Amino acid sequence: MPAKYDVELIGVTKRYGATLAVDNISLRIPQASYCCLLGPSGCGKTTILKMLAGFEAPTAGRILMDGREVTGASRDRGVVFQGDDSLYGWLTAVENVEFGLRMRHMHKAERRGRAMRYLELVGLRGQEQKYPAELSGGMKQRIQIARVLANEPKMLLMDEPFAALDAQTRSLMQIELASIWRATRTTVLFITHDIDEAVTLGKRIGVMRAGPRSQVKGVVEVSLNGARSRTDDAFLRYYKEVYEMIRDEVAKSLSRAD
Amino acid sequence: MGLARRVWTGYGGYALGFASLFVIWQMASLYLVGSVLFPPPTIVFKKALVLARNGVLLEHLSASLQRILAGFVAGSLLGIPIGLAMGSFRPVRKLLEPYTEFLRFIPSVAMITVAVIWFGIGEASKVFLIIYTTIFIVILNTAAGVSAIAPNKIRAAESLGATPAQIFFHVALPATVPYILTGMRLAMANSFTTIVAAELIAANDGLGKMLWDGRLFMLVDEIFVSLVTLGLLGFSADRMFRWSIYTFAGKYSPAT
Repeated sequence: MPAKYDVELIGVTKRYGATLAVDNISLRIPQASYCCLLGPSGCGKTTILKMLAGFEAPTAGRILMDGREVTGASRDRGVVFQGDDSLYGWLTAVENVEFGLRMRHMHKAERRGRAMRYLELVGLRGQEQKYPAELSGGMKQRIQIARVLANEPKMLLMDEPFAALDAQTRSLMQIELASIWRATRTTVLFITHDIDEAVTLGKRIGVMRAGPRSQVKGVVEVSLNGARSRTDDAFLRYYKEVYEMIRDEVAKSLSRAD
Repeated sequence: MGLARRVWTGYGGYALGFASLFVIWQMASLYLVGSVLFPPPTIVFKKALVLARNGVLLEHLSASLQRILAGFVAGSLLGIPIGLAMGSFRPVRKLLEPYTEFLRFIPSVAMITVAVIWFGIGEASKVFLIIYTTIFIVILNTAAGVSAIAPNKIRAAESLGATPAQIFFHVALPATVPYILTGMRLAMANSFTTIVAAELIAANDGLGKMLWDGRLFMLVDEIFVSLVTLGLLGFSADRMFRWSIYTFAGKYSPAT
């Protein structure tokens, strides 16, 4: 039977020594959907992403992609990291973007052409010969996004990619990412602690319980099409719904931090 | 900012610093000490000119320089792959750490005695000592560089489809270049110390031999010529190293 879901987590648990970081999570990420995983800090969101990417193995449970178990990193699942330390400082912007293509020996002219197309898509035309150190934080995150998109993975894993950006750049990047997604329809798992970001971008929002022993509290389906506006009544309704789900969890995670 | 101004802010302070060094030396020698045992720079430079004209200075200089270069290049070529292997593979690290951790505490100067016993007073013993003094610093810095690579750089390469061999050559190696260059620069400075000590004890030529002869025959001026030459040589070697890092490997600079 063909898999109905692109990606599926079945009873996934992750333990670090005595700490139970993720407790028996089951989650389905439908093909071509944009899922956000929303939760307070320390709730295990990043741990889930690391396991999905294949950087870490679950202690118990299974992670399936197209019905096959995930056993390690693969170019099926492209990752956009939170910080800029994953970029290669000795390569120019365009060389960073074509890294994956070069690794699979794509012909130089072809890979350069494709890298340039994706640099243009993320609005970095004219910056291709600069080194990461010469670019701003927002531009560096765009390189990361272009680098992953140019590799054409089946799925995008994004770990709070805009968390380190200033508010203006962040909201600009969100709009651009939403339009890129509408153009490419790649399956996305987007991790964030920002309700506004989740409602702006997500088709499905998984709200997490406060960690440790993190679990998914509930899933909100967002049926807004096209570009979303923060002033729409529907947007505010979804915001309120998610906010009420997460409010108690944030309070819990704060009281635990004390 | 004009070019003249930039040159001045870049090198002006430097030139002034060097000039003041010689002025103070001159003053101290003439008015403070006033002894033939501490010649002023004017006399030292006159002597240097004489030694440069009759070829003696060049002979000693090139003897020392050739030894440093041979040992430094060989030591780096050996040290870099060993350091990379130690940084990349735990078993290799465990296996080789006793050697590096034990031997690096035996200074190269202390090894002169065995070097002379094993290799004689010719070139072989000097080159051996320079290799010895270079290799451990290069190994330690290279290995430290490998372990300092941000894990996300490796993870990104994995999820972009790179094989372990590709990760080594396209990520680990270039990310380690700044550390390798730093190790080599430190090793270069150590090589100067070692070569002088080795030549003082057992050599037919070289700047260290020149120092020793100067002491033996009370040629104070020659001692000072040798000292100044060493200072200038070390200074320019280090500058050249820095300059080549900025020119050829600027993109590998540790800042990025």
